[in-house]
Formats: sequence, structure tokens, C-alpha cells
Amino acid sequence: MKKEFKAIADLLPKNVTVLDVGCGDGSLMNLLIKEKKIKVRGLEIKEEHVTKCISKGLSVIEGDAETELNQFPNQSFDFVILSQTLQAFYNPEKVLKDLLRVGKYAIVSIPNFGYWKVRTNLLFFGKMPVTKTLPNTWYNTPNLHMCTIKDLFNFCSDKKIKINKIIGLNENKTSEIKKSNLEIKNLFSKIGIFWLG
Amino acid sequence: MQLNRVLVPSLAGLFFYMNDKLENIKKLNITKPLLLDCKQTVSNFPLAYETYGKLNENKDNAILVFHALTGDQFVSGINPVTKKEGWWNAAVGPNKAIDTNKYFVICANVIGGCMGSWGPKEINKKNNEPYGLNFPVITIKDIVKSQETLLEHLGIKKLLCATGGSMGGMQALQFCVTFPNRAFSAIPIACSTSHSAQNIALNELARQAVMADPVWDNGEYLKKNVQPKNGLAVARMVGHISYLSEKGMQEKFGRKLQEKADYEFSFNADFQVESYLRHQGYTFVERFDANSILYITRAMDYFDLSRQFDGGLVEAFKNQQTKFLVISFSSDWLYTTKENKETVIALNAAGADVSFAEIKTDKGHDSFLVNEPEFLKTMKGFIDSMHTKFKNEKRV
Repeated sequence: MKKEFKAIADLLPKNVTVLDVGCGDGSLMNLLIKEKKIKVRGLEIKEEHVTKCISKGLSVIEGDAETELNQFPNQSFDFVILSQTLQAFYNPEKVLKDLLRVGKYAIVSIPNFGYWKVRTNLLFFGKMPVTKTLPNTWYNTPNLHMCTIKDLFNFCSDKKIKINKIIGLNENKTSEIKKSNLEIKNLFSKIGIFWLG
Repeated sequence: MQLNRVLVPSLAGLFFYMNDKLENIKKLNITKPLLLDCKQTVSNFPLAYETYGKLNENKDNAILVFHALTGDQFVSGINPVTKKEGWWNAAVGPNKAIDTNKYFVICANVIGGCMGSWGPKEINKKNNEPYGLNFPVITIKDIVKSQETLLEHLGIKKLLCATGGSMGGMQALQFCVTFPNRAFSAIPIACSTSHSAQNIALNELARQAVMADPVWDNGEYLKKNVQPKNGLAVARMVGHISYLSEKGMQEKFGRKLQEKADYEFSFNADFQVESYLRHQGYTFVERFDANSILYITRAMDYFDLSRQFDGGLVEAFKNQQTKFLVISFSSDWLYTTKENKETVIALNAAGADVSFAEIKTDKGHDSFLVNEPEFLKTMKGFIDSMHTKFKNEKRV
């Protein structure tokens, strides 16, 4: 998880404003404040996470991103971050559009269902994959819309959402994903980080 | 209503006894003319207040607490007048969420109130009689403006935090709007930016209860040294119902009978919940003035921040530098989470720095007054972290 946050922080310029959607306990928010002097706010659904963030002095609003992003005015942040939760929404398309309404740019990361271990899990064992980035079993997973890096790439092309950069994350390495290396990176990246808008 | 007959003879005496006690409390005589919303200008009136803890050298540890409808300036410890626990003893005191070992806590009795501040039971110097209904109709804005003068008097340029629940939360919001940048942070708790129809209706019920009591006599009762205690007690009972949640009330009382095995087939308090309401009602009349209830509930009803800005709530919060934490309680049906969220939405739309937490509890609107650990923890965390930030800002 830390690696992913570091990669997201590396993507962001200094002194910008950020909304962290699904900010959890505020680890990414703290990292952005410390490393990039970023003015960051959070939206989080779980009360215990919200109160934890508030105790750390982070500005966090308790709410559901699926229905409550409408409280943020158009283009009120430079960046809106959505870390590994796009697949958990009922309507990811609507959420994605909302992210790009609220922020000039959106940074969206996804657990890659195209990662080779995930593929082999299903192919050889005939079971729904359980990995480090996808720790839940089929009956208790919050993930409703699993997708691969390639899926999201195609989705953005179809919906005319501009992709500025894609970062693939493997064990310790980050690498840029382009159309030319999409197939191979889709196989070897655990997480995909999309800079959209 | 037989239960309270015993109170009648003692009541007038009790009121004088309370007035006696009020001589010893801290009061600021406000000489600066105050233009009220009703267009009257007033000056030379008392504002009673209390402080807890010490103002530090940098003056970065001051917290202004605003009390709710029936509260007073005695936030913490034992109230010296009523001899009962201060209304926010659960939250304010040494080592508590608002730690008076660290912070300097100020609370003033609202004007229109009856704990020493200028209110309808005070003597009108023009005719040497209690004001009664000659007292001007005041607003939340008037209340807040009078308290700003107190801050000037105490030499506090910028508060660490302005906070309060219910009507206290409204005052906190109004304070930030009327005096931008006078508070580094603010915690409006269980409140709204305007009083809802339901809340106005409940307040009207309370007022009608007072006014229906023949003793009230158009607000002139103090001339006879009496209180319309039956009406006032009913008004308080209405309030108490609205402060609890349906579930909380059911769990606390259910259909339990009050110290009896069977129905009495009478109109005495058979049920525990009846007995509770009567007790709350008739202990309240010992410490409160009926006309104050009329005036303060009116101030709440008139509260509408957007109206002050020609309908623009976002306009009201424009350029706010204050860091807000809005807190609601899941079972509060008086100031619902939805209403509290509307405040958050407006603050967001105005680009203000705002946090929001909904505390899950069965304790209803009263949650902010009782020991609700998750709430107290959140408030403590926020204030402590704000203090660190405020100190740093001051240093820079």
C-alpha cells in the first residue's frame, strides 16, 4: 500500500489542492502534506476512520462518494484521488465523471485483475483469486466491478476521458504504461495508477 | 398537576434566593452601544460569564463555549447557583475533552437569559420594574455580538475555538460569519443554519404552554413575585421529549410503572416516563424564568443565516479562514444529520476548510451533553490538533 501512495505522491506537483476520496485513516493525506505541501481534504465513509483523521488534524468529511460528491463544487480541487475503490461502486462511470467534475485532474488506482497471479488462480485452480491486493473471498468482497488495466484503458478511450499517464506497480518497481506495452504491463502489474483529465 | 402543589409557597422565595446568589457572579457591564436586529440600540447592560482554566501568555488557548436554550455560563464543575453539575461537565474540565488544564474556557449567559445577563427578568431602569414583555426581541446575532465585547474585555483577539451544541452551535456559526477570522477553528454541534418548521413548531408549543398559564399574565408575573410554573414545566417537558430518541426513550422507560405494581386508574404519574417528564419539568422551574423561554426560543426561530445574506448561504461562509468541524448524531431528530450536512455542503461550496462526523448513538439530540465516548474523543482530537496548528500559525 505504501508503495502505491509513494507513486501517487510522485505524480503530483507541489502546492496543489487535493481531495482524497475514500481517504481511510489518512496515511496518503499525511504523506502529501509532508512531502508536497499539498492542501488536502478527505471524504471517507467509515466513522472510525473519519474520527481518526480528525484527531490527526486532517480535514475529512464523513460521507459516501457514490452519492455525496455532489457537495463539492465544479473544479474545486486541482486533483481528486481515488485509491483502489473504483471497482467497489455501484456506478463507477458516474463516480469517475464526478471526480473529473470536482477536480481538474483525477488520479485513479485499481487493483489489476489482469495480473498474472490473478489469471493463473482462476485458470489453474478454478477459484476466484485471493491475492495481497485482492484479499477478500468471493462472498465478502466489496468489489462489484473488477477490471484490468486494459479494461480501464479501453473504457477511458470509449468515454473520451483523456489519459495523461499510467503507472504500473509491481513488487518494488513502478513503470510507465503506454499503448505499446499495455499487454505485457497488464500481465505484470499488480496495481494501475491512472492520471486522467 | 397535583404533584407540584407543594412547590407553590416556596417558589417566590426561591426566585429571590436565586437573585441573591446572582450578585456574586462575574458580570461585564457592556457600555459599547449594541444595535439589535430589531433596530433598538442598547448600552449599559450586564453580561454574566464564567471562565475556566488560564489564558496563556500567547493567548492561543481560548475556547468560547456557547450554551443552548436552557443552559447558562456554568459549563463545568458545580453550578454555584443551582448546586448541580455544570451542563457540559461531561466535556469540559481538567483532563476532559476540552481540558481546562490546557485551555481557557469562556462561557457567557446569553442576553435574554436569566442567569445574570440582561434579560426580561432584569429591572428596567426606566420604571424600576422587571422588563417582562418590554424586553426587546433579540436574535442569535445580537447574542453573539454582545459576547464579542466580552472577548475584547478579556483581551482575546483570536479564539482557538468557538463551539457549542444545539442553539450553542448556531451561535458558533453566527460568530464565525459575523466576525470572520476571530476564531481559528469552530465546532458547531447538532445544529443547523436555519430553524426548521418542526423546530419552530416545537418552540411555539413551549411558548403557548407558558402563555396559557394564567399566572403568566402577559409576562407581568414577576411584579407579583410568582412564576407561571405549570406552563413553564410543560414547556420543558416538550423540550425533553424532543431531546431523546424514540429508541432511547423506549429502552430507558418502556412501559415500566413508577414504583407501583399496577395501574392506579387515575391521572397520576403511573408510568416512569410520565414521572421523568414531571420531574424534569418541575425542577426546571426552580432555575428558569418563563419569559426567558419565550425570548430565547424566538431568537432560535428567527435564526436563518442565509436570510442575512439575501438567501445565499454560500455567501454567508465566503472567505472563511476558520477550520470547521461539524458533528451530528444519528438519532437526533431535532437537528438531523441531513440538516447538519447542509451546513457542511454550504461550507464546502464556499471553499471553507470543513470536517464532518456523524456519531452513531441512540441518545438523540442530548448526545452532546452526555458521556458519549466517540463524540468526546473526536472533539478532543480536533481541538488538540487545532491548538498545535494555531500555535504554529502564531509563531510564523
